Parts: sequence; C-alpha cells; structure tokens
Amino acid sequence: MHRIGVFVCWCGSNIAATVDVKRVAEAVKSEPGVVFSTDYQYMCSENGQATIRNAIKEYKLDGIVVCSCSPRMHEATFRKTALTAGLNPYMVEIANIREQCSWIHKDMPEGTEKAIILARAAIAKVQRNAPLVAGSSPVTKRALVIGGGIAGIQTALDVAEAGYEVDIVEKSPTIGGRMAQLDKTFPTLDCAACILTPKMVDASQNEKINLITYAELESVSGFVGNFTAKIRKKARYVDEDKCTGCGVCTEKCPSRKGLNEFNMGLNTRGAVYIPFAQAIPNVAVIDKNQCLHFRTGKCGLCEKNCSAGAIKFDQTEEILERQYGAIIVATGFKPIDASAFDEYAYCQSKDVVTSLEFERLMNAAGPSKGTLVCPSDGRHPKEIVFVQCVGSRCSSDASKGKEYCSKICCMYTAKHAMLVREKYPDVKVHVFYIDVRTPGKNFDEFYRRAVEQYDVDYIKGQVGKVSVENGRLHVQGSNLIDNEQVHIDCDMVVLATAIEPDPTARSIGTMLTASMDTNDFFTEAHPKLRPVESPTAGVFLSGVCQGPKDIPETVAQASAAAAKVIGLLSKDSLTCNPCVAHSDPLLCNGCSQCENVCPYGAISYEDREVRGPEFRGVKRVAVVNEAVCQGCGACTVTCPSTAMDLKGFSNEQIMSEVDAICR
Amino acid sequence: MQRMMIDRAKELLASGQVNRVLGWEQGEHSWDRTPAFFDGGNIENLKYDGFCGPNVSKYLVGEVAKDGVVLAFLKPCDSWSFNQLATEHRINTEKVYAIGVGCRGKIDVEKVRAKGIKGILDIAEDGDTLKVHTLYGDSTVERKEVLLDKCLSCKGKEHKAGAEFIGQSEETSVGDKFELVAKLEAMTPDERFAFWRSELSKCIRCNACRNVCPACSCIKCVFDNPHTGVQNKAAADDFEENLFHIIRAFHVAGRCTDCGECSRVCPQGIPLHLLNRKFIKDIDELYGEYRAGAEIGQRHPLENFDKGDCEPSIVHERGGSAQ
Repeated sequence: MHRIGVFVCWCGSNIAATVDVKRVAEAVKSEPGVVFSTDYQYMCSENGQATIRNAIKEYKLDGIVVCSCSPRMHEATFRKTALTAGLNPYMVEIANIREQCSWIHKDMPEGTEKAIILARAAIAKVQRNAPLVAGSSPVTKRALVIGGGIAGIQTALDVAEAGYEVDIVEKSPTIGGRMAQLDKTFPTLDCAACILTPKMVDASQNEKINLITYAELESVSGFVGNFTAKIRKKARYVDEDKCTGCGVCTEKCPSRKGLNEFNMGLNTRGAVYIPFAQAIPNVAVIDKNQCLHFRTGKCGLCEKNCSAGAIKFDQTEEILERQYGAIIVATGFKPIDASAFDEYAYCQSKDVVTSLEFERLMNAAGPSKGTLVCPSDGRHPKEIVFVQCVGSRCSSDASKGKEYCSKICCMYTAKHAMLVREKYPDVKVHVFYIDVRTPGKNFDEFYRRAVEQYDVDYIKGQVGKVSVENGRLHVQGSNLIDNEQVHIDCDMVVLATAIEPDPTARSIGTMLTASMDTNDFFTEAHPKLRPVESPTAGVFLSGVCQGPKDIPETVAQASAAAAKVIGLLSKDSLTCNPCVAHSDPLLCNGCSQCENVCPYGAISYEDREVRGPEFRGVKRVAVVNEAVCQGCGACTVTCPSTAMDLKGFSNEQIMSEVDAICR
Repeated sequence: MQRMMIDRAKELLASGQVNRVLGWEQGEHSWDRTPAFFDGGNIENLKYDGFCGPNVSKYLVGEVAKDGVVLAFLKPCDSWSFNQLATEHRINTEKVYAIGVGCRGKIDVEKVRAKGIKGILDIAEDGDTLKVHTLYGDSTVERKEVLLDKCLSCKGKEHKAGAEFIGQSEETSVGDKFELVAKLEAMTPDERFAFWRSELSKCIRCNACRNVCPACSCIKCVFDNPHTGVQNKAAADDFEENLFHIIRAFHVAGRCTDCGECSRVCPQGIPLHLLNRKFIKDIDELYGEYRAGAEIGQRHPLENFDKGDCEPSIVHERGGSAQ
C-alpha cells in the first residue's frame, strides 16, 4: 500500500472561489492510501512547495497528488519539488481542478463535488504509478528551414550566426519569396528589393547556410533533436554548378507562352528562365511543360547556346536525406484566388487586378517596366478605385472568403494610393474601406499622409458591384458616412485580396504532426507565452505561416524563432520522456498494426523465444525503441490484445481513474 | 470436383510438396461440414459440396506453427481472410500451398427447415435444385432460395490467393449489401439504440462469433485476460454482452473481411455482421473504398496516415457529435 499525500491549491481565488478547498482536502482523507492532506493558498509558491517537501519527509510519502491548475502549467514544478525531497518525480500526479473545474463552474457545491472526484481519480492513478527514470538522446546540431522567403532567410541567418548549420528548402527556383515581388514597403517606402536582396546574398554566401531550392519536403520522421527529412529536389534540367546565370538561354528560347509567376502571370517568359534579375541561386530552370524539346523532341537551342554546357535535359529529380535537430516552418502565404469574387469583375476585365498584381505593375522590373498602365490596352489610367477587405473579415456563414483580418491590406492600400498620387498627380484615387487599421509604429501617420497630403479619396463603405461598360469600369458602392450610393467610372480597380497560408502548409503540417487552425495557419504552443513554437517539440514557426503579419513583424518573429532554435541546438542532449510504450511479448501477436500507426517509427519487430501459457516457441514480437518513442499512445489503443502499454499512462492506470470517477 | 480435389491432394502429399491438407469433413448429420485436417491416411474423407460454408482460413494460424507445408483449399471468400491473416503475419504463406476451389454459394439448412420441411435425413444437390429426403417423404427446394445469408452478399467469384484453382465459381449476391446498414443509419439514435439493445441482449456469450472470426486471432484475447478489466466473468450488468460486441467490432474495424461467419455461427441469430459492415461503409465513405484482404501487405485506412485524410471535423459534418 502506498503512502499518499494530497495537496489542494487555492490558486488565490481562482480555485477557492468556486471550490471548497478545505472540504476537498477533508474528503480525500478517507481514500485508500491517503495518509496526509492539506490545502494552501499557492502550492506553486516557495512556501507551498516547502509544505510538500516537509510532508514527504515527515509522513514518508511515496506518492503525491497536487490538486491545482493544468499539468501543462506546473507539473514540472511539482515534479522538481518531489525530486528535491527524494521522491521519484513520476510519483506525482496532478488533479486539474482549475481549468477543468473551478473555471468552468459557477456553483460552489457542484464545483467542490467535481474537484473531489478529480482528486479521487488522481489518487487512484498514483496508487498504480511506478518510479520512472528518464534517459537522454543526442541533438543533431543542424536546423531545417522550410521556405526561403524573408522569414526563412532571417531565421536561417540568425541560426547560422550562432554557428549552426542551416538548410533552407525552397519550393520555387529562387529564394526571396513574396517580399521579392513587392515594389515599395510601408511605412518608409524603401524599395523591397533594395532591402531584401542583400539578405538573400548574405544567405547564399554564409558557409553555414545550404540553399536547397526548387525542392520540396517529402517526409519527416523522428522527433525533437533527431529529425530525419527526405527532400525531393526537382529536376531543373540545368546544372546548378555549371550555370553562370548569363541569361543567354533565356533570350534564345523560342517558347514564349509560359506565364511569368514572378509577375503574377501578367506577362510571359521563356520555357527556360531565371525568375528575376536578383534571383538566388542565379541559375536558369526549364519549365518542362513549356519546353519544345520536351514537348516535341526538337529545339535544344538553349543547349546549343550555353557556353557553360549547363543544360541537362536528362537530369532527374533526386531525394536528399538529411538529419536535423530542429525544424522551422516558414511557408508564408499567397493571396486568395480573386476569381471567386465575381462581383468585382476580376474575371471579366484585365483592368481589375489584385494588390500583388498592382505591385508588379508599379515595379520597375515588372511587365510595364514601372509605368502604370491599364493591363487591358496599355492606356494611362485616369481614375483608380481600391477595394479593401476583399475576402477578409467575411462573416462565418458566407460561402467564400476568410473570417480573419489579413492585417497588411490597409497599409499597402494606403501605400499604393500614395505612390500613384506621387508619381501621377493627374490620377484620381478612391479607396473603399470598412475600417482603416493602422496600429503600428508610424502607421497612422502614414495613412494620414495619404489622406491629407496626397488627397486620396477614402470612402467608408463597401463596393457592391463592378461592371465593364464601354471599355471602362463602373463601380457601384455605398458611402456610409454620407449615407448614399456612389457610382464611379474608372480605369482600374485594385482588389486588396485576403492572404491565406501557402497551399503546401497543410501537407507539411501533417508531415510534422504540427497542429493547425481551421484556416490552415500553424498553431503556436501558447498564444501569448510561446508564440514561435509549435506544440510539437522541435518544430518552430516563422512568419505568416502562423498568422497574417507585415514585414517588420515577420522579421521579429523569425529572429525569435531562431533564438529558440539556437537554445535547442546548443544542448548536447535532451532528457527523454520516460513515459514510453513497451510491449508484452507474451501477449503480442506480431500483427504490425502498432508499427503502422507509430508516427515516430519507434516500433520494430523481432523473432523472439517466448514461453507463456498460451504460446511456447519463437514468435514475431514488437520492440519499442525508447529513445525514439514519444509516448503518444497511438500504439496502445491500436493493439487489439493490450500487449502495448504506456509507462505512466498504463491501461490499468487510466481504467482505475475512470473507475474512481464512476464510483 | 470433390474427386479432383482429393486426387490433387494425394499427388501433392505423395510428392512431398505438402504434408497436411486443410478442408472439410462430414459432421454429425449428412449435411454438416466441419473444417478438418487430413493426411494421406484419411484424405478420402475430405468433403466438398454445397454445404462447405465454414471459412477455413483461421485454422491455418495454429497449423503453420508446426513443421511442414499445409495444403489449404480456399473458397473465393476464404481467400480474403487468408490474405488478411498473412498481412498481419499470423500465417506464414511459405508454409501454405493454397488451392482455390470453385463456389456457387453455400446452403443454409436452417433455411430449408424454414420452408416447413421437417425430419430431414439427407439433402442431395442436383444442379439448381436440392432433393431433400425426409422421414415424411421427399421434396425439392430451389438452391438459390436457401443460400446462406453471407452468400447473398457474396465477395465475388474471384480468388484473391491461390497457387492453382479447381472448379468454377458463381457470384451469388442479391441486392446492395449496405442496404440494411443504410436502414439502420436512417433510424433515430433512440430507435437504433433500441434495435441493438434488443439484438445484442440475446447474446449468451458462447464466444462462437469470436472463435470463428478470422480477424479475432489474438494469442490471448482481451476477454480472456484478467488484467484488462473486461475479461469473461459473470455479467456485472445487462449491458455487458452489448459491450462485448461493441468492443469486438472496434477491434476488427478495418481488418474485417466481411466473411459473414460471425452471423452464420451465432446460435441466437444476432446480425453481428451489420456492426462490422457499418465500419466498412464508414471507411469507404471517409477514406475511399477499401476491402480488407484484397491483397497481402495492405495497410488499412485506420492504421494509415495520409495527407489526404479527412479532418476530424467530418464527424461533426456527418452529424456525429449532434447525435
């Protein structure tokens, strides 16, 4: 029989206001094995912990139950307390009478009764606890960054700066991401390329950083400190080491039908191309679907003209397998597909563009070389209407669009309006808005400049319809302040489309077993206190993959994620969780179902001599690699014969908790 | 066909290619067919005809642990269970020589009796009719009217395993096999609960369903293990048999080959296969059509993570949490 002590915490009034803590402490005294129980205002305080330590010694306790907040908050605290008093830390159980009881009840008798039941369950469990000893596992001192936009680049630079190797996997042929496509950046109006490209160059020149471009993550196995990633490097059909980026092939290529992704499809490019002038690596890539050589077997002009002999039509994709200690997700975003919003005539007129398309139209390296023209016929626009919140802040029952605010649109729309007025004072600019949100350093000043200095016509209200009339656009909207319908004939409409996570994020989340919200943004471990970590140990979040952000915020978060990664990689080994699975060879059927469900690849099989009442002889049995097992329990619930069990959370312990609750 | 099977078995036994034979022998009545092992001495006792309903695959689990190779005669539906057991490493296929045998559906004697025919002494097959010899004279019955329920949702005439094949098969399905499941799904939760309560409460815990089930091949079943808390004992309350079947259905989910043996052997006539078939239907709808035992080495959707897997919210969308 165990000697169990129960410690009931008030958590100030957090628990004590709804749970009669004295009654709980009194009620559990009669539970089997309980030799001591008490209550205290703050168990986690130094005095509270001293109470626990003294009781362990005085009453020779060999198991304790702390009735307090969620084990996520203070389980580690109380385990350390037990350890300092000479008790195995895994002889501590937490009954969560705060999050699961006092915070969700209003009625004191009801809350108290439930608290007693929860305490009873924890006591029943600790009766069956056994001391556990944690092992350790080594840390691979290399990080993997998924995504080579500004977030990924910044994280990689900071991690590399601390002396650790970093691989950046980027799915497109160049790093740079969305920021490379932007013209100017708010609120300082510096050119995006001018501030981004030095960072891209830094990343490519840093000897600790290894760029793996035109590659995608294929699979990830392992766990914190010991991930193994398979990376599929797509065939460029160009030898990266030989190509000098001279661009001769891109000029000679006779195919001109491929849509230029970098310019948002506003113009075309050759089948062999370099995405943009400052691309890194500055290496051409062949678009197999457009290339005449691949389509007809003829051509080969690029090959003939390449003085470096870099064109390799027979190149195949390859799979790289690399070990990592930490993985940083920096998968970024894309604008939503505006074609779902037919009311804005996006599919009907080329002169209705998204904001990212507008960035390209304004950019010196864009399709119109920086001269603002209507995409339909190249005429100079006289009047432009900007529509904000296209697909953002939609109601939850709307058939399209996102509920969330995309956060960056107010500011970039103000930027666009201002830039147009600065460059072309003859152009009239209207902005339809729901609210203008400018909470950031120098943001509101920036917006007011657009209104006051640049005379941009801000109209509070939404656009109901855009129609094409006589080659121009007719915008019908409402002005809520004057309470009237507005009709504007204009030459261009710019839609501030919502942003959404990159479509690859979902599959990467699945590979990493990293949780995501309903919008496919990655969930952070704690929304306030652990904002750059995923709940999955060893996986970190950088940039818009976690939620909409502007560039300064992205860079700040990227560096924060890097700090967390450096903290992890600086350790030589990590303490393992001793709550791991183990298999009973007498019961194991060798059916492989546990092996199939194990997300960590911790289970293997071996033939073993078994002598039991049901079976004697050699049979196939499951074996758990304790260093790899993360104690998730998937195997234990899959095993049909209960051969698999989890230390610290055995079937027996859980059933006895259930029994205690149902008693 | 029985003759061809015996002759082929003799050849294989004589050549030393196989050491034992798994098939069917006659039981108590002239129409009873029981799975049995044979060797050169008693191979002439092997029976194969319209009464060989029992699925023999599971008998290989214990038999392959012994020395030598077993010749197994498998009906098309038996071959699915054979594959599933091989997938789960319960049968070492190197120690089995499987021969697929033709099947035109197997006869349910209870259905003959249900036609009011009493005092049956013998039943002879004659093409599509059965000649029933009884204490009170002879009568005939249409073969297709008295097929086993499991044959009405036949798994098809194709063998999924076998090194060679003897005889022709016919597909004997009638209607949609998910029809009854759909009917249960259409009930209100209360009606459905009442249906299963009344059916499962008939259970006498004879364990026939578990013992015959090719998916229930655990070395030690949880219901026999005193450490699990669900072991066989005097029923603590009137829900215990209900829970037995529910737990069993979960254990075989994704692995059940829908062989229909559970319902065939149930002395209380509980339509147990409907629980399993509901799981099959759900798996089909959520993860795409999947048939356990179609080939060796399959991974069923419930033990497989796929990037395209439906999200947990699907339960809510299907009305799962609302019910």
